[in-house]
Amino acid sequence: MTEPAAPAKRPAGRGRNLELSDELKAYKGVWVFIEHDRGHVHSVSWELLGEARKLADKLGSAVGAVLLGGPDEQLEKFAAESFTFGADTAYIMKDPVLKGYRNEPFTKGLTDLVNKYQPEILLLGATSMGRDLAGSVATTLLTGLTADCTELNIDPATRALAATRPTFGGSLYCTIMTLAYRPQMATVRPRVMLMPKAEPGRGGETVQETLGMVETQIVTKLLDFIADANSHQINLPYADVIVSGGKGMKNPENFKLLFELARVLGGEVGATRPCVQAGWVEAERQVGQTGKTVRPKLYIAAGISGSVQHRVGMDASDVIVAINTDANAPIFEFAHYGIVGNAMQVLPALTQAFSAHLALRSRQVA
Amino acid sequence: MHIVVCIKQVPDSAQIRVHPVTNTIMRQGVPAIVNPYDLFSLEEALRLKDKFGGKVTMLCMGPPQAEEALRKCISFGADDAVLVTDRAFAGADTLATSYALAAGIRQIASEQAVDIVFTGKQTIDGDTAQVGPGIAKRMGLQLLTYVSRIVETDLEARTITVERRAEGGVQVLKTALPCLITMLENTNEMRFANLPAMIHAAGYPVRKWNKEQAGIEDIGKIGLKGSPTVVSKVFGPTPRSEKADMLDMETTTLRDMSLNLLQKVFTRHPTLESDLLMKELS
Repeated sequence: MTEPAAPAKRPAGRGRNLELSDELKAYKGVWVFIEHDRGHVHSVSWELLGEARKLADKLGSAVGAVLLGGPDEQLEKFAAESFTFGADTAYIMKDPVLKGYRNEPFTKGLTDLVNKYQPEILLLGATSMGRDLAGSVATTLLTGLTADCTELNIDPATRALAATRPTFGGSLYCTIMTLAYRPQMATVRPRVMLMPKAEPGRGGETVQETLGMVETQIVTKLLDFIADANSHQINLPYADVIVSGGKGMKNPENFKLLFELARVLGGEVGATRPCVQAGWVEAERQVGQTGKTVRPKLYIAAGISGSVQHRVGMDASDVIVAINTDANAPIFEFAHYGIVGNAMQVLPALTQAFSAHLALRSRQVA
Repeated sequence: MHIVVCIKQVPDSAQIRVHPVTNTIMRQGVPAIVNPYDLFSLEEALRLKDKFGGKVTMLCMGPPQAEEALRKCISFGADDAVLVTDRAFAGADTLATSYALAAGIRQIASEQAVDIVFTGKQTIDGDTAQVGPGIAKRMGLQLLTYVSRIVETDLEARTITVERRAEGGVQVLKTALPCLITMLENTNEMRFANLPAMIHAAGYPVRKWNKEQAGIEDIGKIGLKGSPTVVSKVFGPTPRSEKADMLDMETTTLRDMSLNLLQKVFTRHPTLESDLLMKELS
């Protein structure tokens, strides 16, 4: 594991190869692995295309979208969509063994494409699929991979990808570069980057490739996919409003106050890691470094002190309201509005106020 | 059944503080713990051992003091522990780490064949989730990440069926042993160590391997030299220049304070109110 605090003080060289070979200098272009499942592209892929476009423009190179899937999947449609989000070329690989994600065929497919077309940067979403695949592909290609980046840039001196990520639970940030290896790989969590604006009518080139693998060569079999029941689909990263609770909510019963306010606002309930660890709410509700990254329009934090681990997951919210009994809680250093008070009294008052206001306004509109 | 569980000793991130002036990590007094995600994998390994018999061997790469983390795992019920420790491993990124751990696992397997390797889903200090997939790729093991349940293990047929957490659902995957598994958090609960087990662990001779003993063939692939990633800059988060607008609670009623907040929020975010109304109407 990288120990970021120490190497920063060390001279970076010391017997390390930090020069790019002539062979690797030929690597050009910024690629995004487009993640899709049961007919839908994961929004993180479009968010990454937006970033890839900016990086490619700085480098003066092109953006590639990689689509792997089964013969009956709408990869051409996804390719057309990827052009509107900034891709110049879509690399499509269709094969029956690529229906439903499995590590082995996807690793071979993506690795083969990289070896053939030699992109200098390869970005993937930090999802259960993207992380599984990125680790395997980077190890196969023996190149550098930086996980969960919060900022991607081009280093002006080396023209290398400068990937910034939180470290030590968000207490610090470090910028990581892969200087002597290609491609430079990075993963980014959903909702960390902004969704780019689609440019309808923007087109691109499509390249079809084949995998050259048969089912009998693949050891792991996908027996079934059990879709989550609707009630279990907590889509925190893409919620417009999140009402979150911390240990200051005192007990799991008090979380119903958060659910009531979230219902009035059409939002979701989030929580800090200690609440999830105590079993008060589902792990899908955890916001922060080891949970989800969110950027709602409104984030209400109740009984949350505002540790760095929590902050890195919700810092990008449009409006942050914090309720805490401790006037010196760190959350007030990055909230937009602060209320020093007991969340158990404040939350019902907010629920009442928003409920009455929205009911009145919707009558006026109707 | 022989299971290897890889763990990492990490600083308890909840207790890490950054020096306000120098922006460096203040490690003093921060307790070192077994990476919490690794414990879900260890517990699952111990359950397999309970069911099928056999042996659980712990493996860790780290400084000499990481021995304590391995002892902790012995107290929970692991049978043997190996600490791969050598100054040459320092500064390793995930690629170099997976090379060293894969070499260690091969050494362990040369004593007794390994059926399953477990790693944590990710660590709480690095958070990369890359070492498990890296080890699997280097050793040619079938990779099963984010496993929420082991459905069936058939030692005769040498197959394993698991449920794997994916976006929007669970994949049911069946594969052949040997394989590498990373367990999802909260899928089981770590057992308690009783007093005799703790006494046994305190005196257990943890094996310490240097790079030669760990079977490292190419020292260009370990430590800083074997790491393609370079840390170019470390910095603290930028403080927000704007201070929170604190709402008065003392000279007003809860109701008036709530209405005041509502107005402020809707003024600051001009489209929020209409977005909420749209949602309400639809």
